[in-house]
Amino acid sequence: MSGIPHDHYKPQSSGEKWLHSRLPIVGLLYDTIMIPTPKNLNWMWIWGIVLTFCLVLQIVTGIVLVMHYTPHVDYAFASVEHIMRNVNGGHMLRYLHQNGASLFFVAVYLHIFRGLYYGSYKAPREITWIIGMLIYLLMMGTAFMGYVLPWGQMSFWGATVITGLFGAIPFVGDSILTWLQGGPAVDNATLNRFFSLHYLFPFIIAGLVAVHIWAFHTTGNNNPTGVEVRRGSKEEAERDTLPFWPYFVIKDLFALALVMAVFFAIVGFMPNYLGHPDNYIEANPLVTPAHIVPEWYFLPFYAILRAFTADVWLVMAVDWITGGIIDAKFFGVVAMFGALIVLALAPWLDTSSVRSGRYRPMFKWWFWLLVVDFFVLMWVGAMPAEGIYTWISLIASTYWFAFFLVILPLLGVIEKPLPQPATIEDDFKAHYGKPAGADGAGAATPAE
Amino acid sequence: MFRKLTLTAALALALPAGAALAAGGAGYVEDFDFSFEGPFGTYDQMQLQRGLQVYTEICAACHGMKFVPIRTLADDGGPGLPEDQVRAYAEFWEVWDPELQDFRTATPNDHFPESGLENAPDLSLMAKARAGFHGPYGLGINQFFKGIGGAEYIASLLTGYTGEEKEEAGTILYENKAFPGGWISMSPPLWGDDVIYEDGTEATIEQQSKDVAAFLMWAAEPKMMARKQAGFVAVTFLAVLTVLLYLTNKQLWAPVKARAKGQPAE
Repeated sequence: MSGIPHDHYKPQSSGEKWLHSRLPIVGLLYDTIMIPTPKNLNWMWIWGIVLTFCLVLQIVTGIVLVMHYTPHVDYAFASVEHIMRNVNGGHMLRYLHQNGASLFFVAVYLHIFRGLYYGSYKAPREITWIIGMLIYLLMMGTAFMGYVLPWGQMSFWGATVITGLFGAIPFVGDSILTWLQGGPAVDNATLNRFFSLHYLFPFIIAGLVAVHIWAFHTTGNNNPTGVEVRRGSKEEAERDTLPFWPYFVIKDLFALALVMAVFFAIVGFMPNYLGHPDNYIEANPLVTPAHIVPEWYFLPFYAILRAFTADVWLVMAVDWITGGIIDAKFFGVVAMFGALIVLALAPWLDTSSVRSGRYRPMFKWWFWLLVVDFFVLMWVGAMPAEGIYTWISLIASTYWFAFFLVILPLLGVIEKPLPQPATIEDDFKAHYGKPAGADGAGAATPAE
Repeated sequence: MFRKLTLTAALALALPAGAALAAGGAGYVEDFDFSFEGPFGTYDQMQLQRGLQVYTEICAACHGMKFVPIRTLADDGGPGLPEDQVRAYAEFWEVWDPELQDFRTATPNDHFPESGLENAPDLSLMAKARAGFHGPYGLGINQFFKGIGGAEYIASLLTGYTGEEKEEAGTILYENKAFPGGWISMSPPLWGDDVIYEDGTEATIEQQSKDVAAFLMWAAEPKMMARKQAGFVAVTFLAVLTVLLYLTNKQLWAPVKARAKGQPAE
């Protein structure tokens, strides 16, 4: 691996040399675990390890759940109840898996917003960002299909609504819809293919995670200043960095343990809080629930989907220009996927040469407004699409697009950035090296 | 600065649940006290047994509980009936046997029968399939503090009849304060003293309602006590681990931070 200069693994014994000349796997692991890491990373850099843990947790609990689950419309709901009532520890496994999905998304959203704030997506880390976006997309697909498996009312109607979106695509929509559902409606064929893909996707995610890590190990981590590690010599690099083991492994494990404590409290004491009661009613194609609501992690994008109704002038204009090919329904679908695409294009939409939001006085405000906007969208996505809520979702959706398509490109031109520290070492010292005379108590306040 | 984001994330956890049902004329659900509420709450075995009696003598006339195996009445953390009583209780029921192509007397390994009346919903999961509390403003805060409120909803429904009735399209509907929309097709099932409790508890409408609501909560969530216990063990263990890792981390970084303090910037 190129990048920051550091010590590499040197096989010592003859056995090690024998293996190393045939398969340098120990060297690979050594370089991975000892990677020089900017010493000023703050607590927002812990979500990667939480996400890795989530993936392992979901795969392990998922594999065991599959041993007892039956993917058939007549038995799926009953087999989940079988897991909850008869399988040893089954109720814990199932609640861990169910709430594990929520933890996964809490962590991924924090991880993504951290990347946005500190400009982690900017050159040379665009590939890391794009791989990350692919992982996020696959996560959403996996979570959506997993939610269908218990075959409750929300499973069934959620699947009907979301697969129905693809039916809105002009010309090929109906064919895609049939192909997705495996028939004219959501039924046993749908459940079976979702089950199959729900099992497959996590392993693709695991592969992409390896590439994600490989990519940022090649470029080196970003850090809260956005200033690059000095690479002139090993000595210079060592003043900016510390090896991942043990400094960041222990730090991350501490954070992980804390997150786990909160997670297990939710699983132990309020496992259904994040779920929807309707999903404890077995799927019934003849009875539509009063409100079909996706899981909380989809709500912001669900809100964008519903925001662009037929009475919005932009939708009307597009409908007229395209001769009705892009109608309100398809416009909503395009907007929903577009909201993800603009996020993925952030590396090319952001024109500022300064990475970290810390030194971007205007960006800071727009960024926090985007965070608020995200929560507003999440909230309005759960409300009925009527009255004031349609206006709120329209305004909030507009801001989401405006941030990426207007504000990000413009800020690079009009914003006057604050001075950045020359090196990471300077930033670290500014934090911990209090000037003489100040009370030098080793209060370990984390950066930021 | 990012501490703010972490806080907002914590708040986000409070956002979504049950946000949806804010509209739609949800009925009035009274916040009855139940012994199983909160992280320390446990089922009251006597109450579950009373609730089983109400279920058996009243509800089961129309409703079923097809996901609940009868043998689980003997389980720890449930009604805890002795094995011989469970066997005797099972004989009370007739179940359809697909091999015999006929009805036969149930054994503890059978499930409770399905609903006898077509439009009477199955009650196995009713206490988890209904939310008693909503909002405010779709924020899910009430559920965070009061719980989702399935048992409260059931008890409120059973005590919520006003006595008014009306006929609509050939069906008689009964006014009920807790039922969304206000009119329910189930006739008032409880009138007071509908059962005679063996432990001498007075069988008022409210008492019977709360007892059967508690029993249905157990039916929907039979492993609640084991789950909370596991939660306690896990949280305690993780809290200790967190402290140890905090101290390890602090000690590990101390020399690095001391060096940053000691040496002047070059």
